[in-house]
Amino acid sequence: MKEKLQKIREEALRQIEASKDLSRLNEVRVAILGKKGELTAVLKSMKDVKPEERPLVGQLVNETRAGIERMLEESKAKLEAAELEIRLRHEVIDVTLPAKKNKAGHRHPNTIALEEVERIFTGMGYEVVEGPDVEYDYYNFEALNIPANHPAKDEQDTFYINDRIVLRTQTSPVQVREMEKGKLPIRMIAPGRVFRSDEVDATHSPSFHQIEGLVIDKNITFADLKGTLAEFARELFGEETKVKFRPHHFPFTEPSAEVDVTCFKCGGKGCRFCKGEGWIEILGCGMVHPNVLKMSGIDPEEYSGFAFGVGLERIALLKYEIDDMRLLYENDIRFLEQF
Amino acid sequence: MNTSLKWIKDLVPGLTCTPQEYMDAMTLSGSKVEGYTAMDADLDKIVIGQVVSIAPHPDADKLVICQVDIGTKTIQIVTGAPNVAEGCKVPVVLDGGRVAGGHDGTLTKGGIKIKKGKLRGVESDGMMCSIEELGSDRDMFPLAPEEGLYILPGDAPVGEDAVAYLGLDDVAVEYEITSNRVDCFSVLGIAREAAATFGKEFVPPVVAATGNDEDVSDYIGVTIKDTDLCRRYTARVVTNVKIEPSPEWMQRRLRAHGIRPINNIVDITNYVMEEYGQPMHAYDLETIEGREIIVRRAEKGEKFVTLDGQERTLDDSVLMICDGRKPVGIAGIMGGENSMITDHVTTMLFEAACFDGTNIRLSGKKIGMRTDASSKFEKGLDPNNTIAAMNRACQLIEELGAGEVVGGTVDVYTQVKGEKRLAFEPDKYNRLLGTQMEAEEILSYFRRLELVYDEKTNEIVIPSWRQDLECGADLAEEAARFYGYDRIPTTLPSGEATTGKLSFKLRVEAVARDVAEFCGFSQGMVYSFESPKVFDKLLLPADSPLRDTVVISNPLGEDYSIMRTVPLNGMLTSLAVNFNRRNKNVRLYELGNIYLPKQLPVTELPEERMQFTLGMYGDGDFYTMKGVIEEFLDKAGLNGRPEYDPAAGKSFLHPGRQASVIYKNAVVGYLGEVHPVVAQNYGIKERVYIAVLDMPEIEKYATFDHKYEGIAKFPAASRDISMVVPKDVLAGEIEKVFENKGGKILEHYELFDIYEGAQIAEGFKSMAYSLSFRAKDRNLEESDITGAMEKIVKALEGMGIELRR
Repeated sequence: MKEKLQKIREEALRQIEASKDLSRLNEVRVAILGKKGELTAVLKSMKDVKPEERPLVGQLVNETRAGIERMLEESKAKLEAAELEIRLRHEVIDVTLPAKKNKAGHRHPNTIALEEVERIFTGMGYEVVEGPDVEYDYYNFEALNIPANHPAKDEQDTFYINDRIVLRTQTSPVQVREMEKGKLPIRMIAPGRVFRSDEVDATHSPSFHQIEGLVIDKNITFADLKGTLAEFARELFGEETKVKFRPHHFPFTEPSAEVDVTCFKCGGKGCRFCKGEGWIEILGCGMVHPNVLKMSGIDPEEYSGFAFGVGLERIALLKYEIDDMRLLYENDIRFLEQF
Repeated sequence: MNTSLKWIKDLVPGLTCTPQEYMDAMTLSGSKVEGYTAMDADLDKIVIGQVVSIAPHPDADKLVICQVDIGTKTIQIVTGAPNVAEGCKVPVVLDGGRVAGGHDGTLTKGGIKIKKGKLRGVESDGMMCSIEELGSDRDMFPLAPEEGLYILPGDAPVGEDAVAYLGLDDVAVEYEITSNRVDCFSVLGIAREAAATFGKEFVPPVVAATGNDEDVSDYIGVTIKDTDLCRRYTARVVTNVKIEPSPEWMQRRLRAHGIRPINNIVDITNYVMEEYGQPMHAYDLETIEGREIIVRRAEKGEKFVTLDGQERTLDDSVLMICDGRKPVGIAGIMGGENSMITDHVTTMLFEAACFDGTNIRLSGKKIGMRTDASSKFEKGLDPNNTIAAMNRACQLIEELGAGEVVGGTVDVYTQVKGEKRLAFEPDKYNRLLGTQMEAEEILSYFRRLELVYDEKTNEIVIPSWRQDLECGADLAEEAARFYGYDRIPTTLPSGEATTGKLSFKLRVEAVARDVAEFCGFSQGMVYSFESPKVFDKLLLPADSPLRDTVVISNPLGEDYSIMRTVPLNGMLTSLAVNFNRRNKNVRLYELGNIYLPKQLPVTELPEERMQFTLGMYGDGDFYTMKGVIEEFLDKAGLNGRPEYDPAAGKSFLHPGRQASVIYKNAVVGYLGEVHPVVAQNYGIKERVYIAVLDMPEIEKYATFDHKYEGIAKFPAASRDISMVVPKDVLAGEIEKVFENKGGKILEHYELFDIYEGAQIAEGFKSMAYSLSFRAKDRNLEESDITGAMEKIVKALEGMGIELRR
């Protein structure tokens, strides 16, 4: 019996070593350990063994089986590793072949710029609000301290629907509408479309966008305005950006200022982009005029505030170096795809 | 507004800055300098020379050889100038110097370098100059010959700098003055700002009393009939007028302001207008009938010839200056031909008045003319300035010997402007600015601007010319300007915290953008106004309510004259641009308002509805577009099942390929293939698909709330159903049957085959769906499924659908 088992074991080893692939190995396994296998046959013949020898023989059989199983496992692992290696070698691809893209569409540069501005101001606690494009003369002018026949009305080349209704020339009327709601404090920005009767050319469009900003609270100062816009400019144009406030005049703010930022191309040294000046004008701003506060039902002795207005196209053209405003409204896909 | 820098420096003697320093400092104190031009930028080494002798050129008929005294020595210059003469004094550019351009008037950037050389073999050591070569022209130097050298006056000092002598060593500064600072539209106003900016003394001209023993009222009387349009009228008379050129110094200053010198009288009025910002007018008194001036409105349809020879038709809103019988000028705009100053004038009437700015602006528009004078009046001048300007003009008349000023002034001043005072509130200024300026510091800035502090009342007395100062905030700005905006600290607002957020509307729009872009659509932007012709292009019926529009009364042209009521034109125009440029597979989307009038004519604001418009040509079809819509509805939280009604009724869409998008029985948009005729109208020779979603309607159902419903634990069972369907039965109708009859356990259904053609009878189509059933709380019994299927099948059979088993 002992010899027989030894023989089986040797034969198994031989056949396992001779197996070149997993299916052959499986055949070997079945031939030895399967239901009709040699070793199984030995086990079946146990009944012929003397009872007193049975434990010993049983142990021998089990040892033999365990040995063969171990050999099978080892060989299987080796063969599997070899097969995996072959498979991986065959599956090499050219990773430089073209990608299969979903081909997502592109956002308009105006929107990209607007979202940047919105991100900056919502981060500072500003709410984004809107007002109507077609607006009452009252909100667009009168409530902003621009009475009838004020020359500023001419300057802005207003489109009229009738003598009471205009296409808004600025987003500032949204200030008034927010203030009239009577909910203080206010921190808002109001992006939107505005209209002025300018003929279309590389730098003019009869329809463009502004972003209005308004803060009304107790103790708001011009210094707060400066700090806020300096922060805005750094976020939008880069950490190194400096701002310059120049006195200016708007009917609805006092004091008023125009704001220049250091040219983000040359950092302020002067280049072709900033026409050698080192500075680029980006917005107008000021402390809300007491008359405007009063007209909107806010007591200027108790509350103060600042307002600013940014041209969205101006930001987009500057930031993305677009040299012709007409491109923004043509919607040529070759233009849009660059954003 | 432009000024000569030299003139400013004459009024602010302590000013020593360079033009660049001037520009920077003035800009930072609020008088924005747009730029400056050094008039002598391209002129170098040009002196006054005198031609000593002239000899013929041996080899050239048209050239002569001149010996020219240039003070230090005599040099030889060959010239072809026709007007050269012995003894004449001329500008001479020396070897190595520069002139601004050629004698034909063309300017060369950087100038032209002049070097010693030989002309036809004869040595020439420099060049004698024409006025054009000095960068100017005969307009500014009326005495210059049409062709040839500019001959200087006999007393010009030989050897001195010719550029300085001609006043070309000046800098013309251009300002952007804001509309509130009317006082700064004058040299005195700018000079006052310059003095305040640099902290130097302002030295305005001293105007002494003028006039002889006569009394002006013997010459003229003034009546203002329309005092609302003419607040003040000041008149003086000059006799024995002698017309001649004005002196060099005056001509120089006018030239630096781009004003052509004409004669002493015209030049004086122009000079005073520049200096004081007060327009003046001179009438030939002998043409004034009845010895009186009457200021009144014109009559309707009245005709009048202005001094430029044009006949103008007026109406009763236009203010006229008249004599006892006839009009002699349009107030503030232009004088009449009938009363204009000629070379033969002997007695002259000077006018300095204050007219209503708005009226002048509107009248100018009505008549269609804007003059230097009217553009000044439009801004609303200070009535207290007329008398100062008038006296300055009369002083100049006397100084220049241009005539004899008659004693006294006729001054009709109907509503005298009172003194304005504002409380001095330094704490308030600091609170508004966020600064900590001392009261005395603030007062020091105010003093520079001639804002006088009245200690007794603690008030600031506002000078008459500062019409812009009306409240504390205005004074805070004055303090801030001279304290320096750059010195004001930078802080962030303190106070109650607020939440930064987007409105719900904007959040839904953001989802629309994300989904559109995910699906390959790029964002376009189009104008809100368009041509009324687009309705025909879109085949809209004549009675379509979409043809009722908000109309712009003063559009840029018909193409931009109505506010759009439908977003199709913008999208199709954009697609057409791409098609014409041979861009393939174009997908665009747009988010923009349409404007629906609430009534016609428009009396209140129209309804503005945000439209989410998608358009495409190239790859993809109707169902691609439908997929984008469903993707959007899903992401916007409209998780129910949208329905599609082919009876969308859109004239601009293919009649068999259009549908309304219906959500919870409300139409939220439409989609379809663009009607071939419409596509052709836009020149697009491909199938175009569009979808329009009405965002206000979408918003009603949109939500960003999500609720987890668990993952199904029990297995699903699926059944396929294959049918022969009459062709006119829509998939949507079949699916409605599934929805209605499948019960709660119907989890999902999907069309997996649709076929028409061989083996299927004419008028029918074969369709196959896979239905999947599942219960949330148990394993389904076969009887559950059979029950549901039987109901479905029964309903389908009722629609003439035959089941294939």
